[in-house]
Amino acid sequence: MINYLIAMAVSAGIYALMALGVNVIWGFAGMVNLGLVGFFAVGAYVSALLTLKAGWSIAGGMAAAALVTAAVGVVVSLITVRLRGDYLAIVTLGFAETIRIVASNAIWLTNGTDGLSGIPGPYRGALSPEAFNLFFLAVVAVIVAAVYFVTERLRTSPFGRVLRAIRDDEQVAAVAGKHVTLFKVKAFAIGSAALGLAGALYAHYTSYIAPDIFVPLLTLYIKLALLTGGLGNNRGAIVGAIAIVFLLESTRFVIPFVPGISAVQGAAVREFLVAALLLVMLRYRPAGLLPERLTRFPVPPKEGRYQPTA
Amino acid sequence: MPSLADVGQLVVNGIMAGTILAVPAMGLTAIYAVLRFPNFALASHATVGAFAGYVANAWLGLTVLPSVVIAFVVAGIVGVATDDAILKRFRPAGYITTAIASIALTIALENVLRFSFGNELRGYNLPIQRDWRVGALRVGPQQVENLAIAVATMTALFGFLALTRTGKAMRAVADNPMLASIKGINADAIGRIVNFVGMGLAGLGGMLIGLDTTIDPLTGFRSILSVFAAAVVGGLGSIPGAVIGALTVGIGEELCLLFLSPDYRSAVGFVAILLVLTLRPRGILGQRAY
Repeated sequence: MINYLIAMAVSAGIYALMALGVNVIWGFAGMVNLGLVGFFAVGAYVSALLTLKAGWSIAGGMAAAALVTAAVGVVVSLITVRLRGDYLAIVTLGFAETIRIVASNAIWLTNGTDGLSGIPGPYRGALSPEAFNLFFLAVVAVIVAAVYFVTERLRTSPFGRVLRAIRDDEQVAAVAGKHVTLFKVKAFAIGSAALGLAGALYAHYTSYIAPDIFVPLLTLYIKLALLTGGLGNNRGAIVGAIAIVFLLESTRFVIPFVPGISAVQGAAVREFLVAALLLVMLRYRPAGLLPERLTRFPVPPKEGRYQPTA
Repeated sequence: MPSLADVGQLVVNGIMAGTILAVPAMGLTAIYAVLRFPNFALASHATVGAFAGYVANAWLGLTVLPSVVIAFVVAGIVGVATDDAILKRFRPAGYITTAIASIALTIALENVLRFSFGNELRGYNLPIQRDWRVGALRVGPQQVENLAIAVATMTALFGFLALTRTGKAMRAVADNPMLASIKGINADAIGRIVNFVGMGLAGLGGMLIGLDTTIDPLTGFRSILSVFAAAVVGGLGSIPGAVIGALTVGIGEELCLLFLSPDYRSAVGFVAILLVLTLRPRGILGQRAY
């Protein structure tokens, strides 16, 4: 039971990392990434392949995963950055599907749909399974804390302000002399790096990855986590990730008790609920449960203008 | 070295696949032209159509022709209903929010189908026929029927847009919504009609794709990349563009078999999207893309 809870905490941490990354892209800069699962997959495969086949260390693999996904993010966003935002939606979705197709078919590299197994985990051999789980949880917690710190700094920095300005009105930001393209590509790259890092963590934790793990549903989970917590809000991203893991796991327990439905039907009900919940949140709570709090500067009263007394 | 006949066969296959692909691509681009957002729910509506046609064909024993009509009508009705109940409410929030909502909608609908039909592959009930041979080329009679259905659908759509009052009103809204509303065109009604036609085309296309192979709840999602590629290559929002784009992508996907294993076929669509957006973002026949 304890092991199960730790495993859930680890997946909440990985989701939180993804939500933090997507928050930079979507929450700060207002760009859409409908294929975030593709970036997650790239990170997972890069780190897994480097440690399995090239003999890299796990830390090296994870660093490479973050860098490679950031580079992919640069390419994907550069192609569409001057176009209407819906082209980015199409390209990112297509990217995720293409990664899945390539991962399923490049058998020489990724072992196809059988997936890669035996991916090393840090000290997996030296520790007991329980100790490994706990140790990994600590690693995830440290990384999430570090990324939270960095993204929080980003949010309050001039860089973050420019991103929000671009999100709210691109033209105004451009008129203010900001290089909109550059900022957007940077934001996309930073967010993608976090997604890649999350993928690498996932690969080293579970020791097994296969193309059918990286389905579009995962993209919805993260969007839902972010919407639940609050778009544009780093604390919300983490809270939302924990909430979504809790929701997913609790439905896993409840649905088998519903009489008269098969396993496939149970899975269908779960996926349906996630999709429906996303629609409800998007419609009624687009700012999330913990809305983004903006620093507001008080407007000094103008002399001579009528001031209503409180 | 592939022989000329092999290349010819691939081109023929590509033209047939492209013509079928053009049907859902026209639906996508029509919806985009009028409602101005990439409707990813097209994927699930293609699957809805494929299953509606399956029920008509395999359970009720209808032949292919009435079944594709049922596929069109059912997917069209579902399209209008889901748009009225769900997607319409997101449109004021902007096209990005609506696009995300359409992805969620597609997954929800897919799971309704999975709940009702399960995950197994299903085949249509078709008579077994020998392929026809024309010189060195081979074509299946069913493929020819699919091709004819696709061409007839295209012709009907072009006729509808060019000749009927409703079709003209649709084009007017796509061209300039403000001016159209000044002229008294009801944008809501046009929105419903374009959803019915667009999602109907998706459903019909889903069934045509399924007729060639098998169907399951992911049928639509698997082809969405090619459909979007066709629409983007042709120019999002341009219906003749969707046809040209679909033929380009269809032939491209087949010709790539000369160099690549068939498994990478769908990745060709993505490469086509990237190339077009880099070199000519508005596509072959589209309007400006920024």
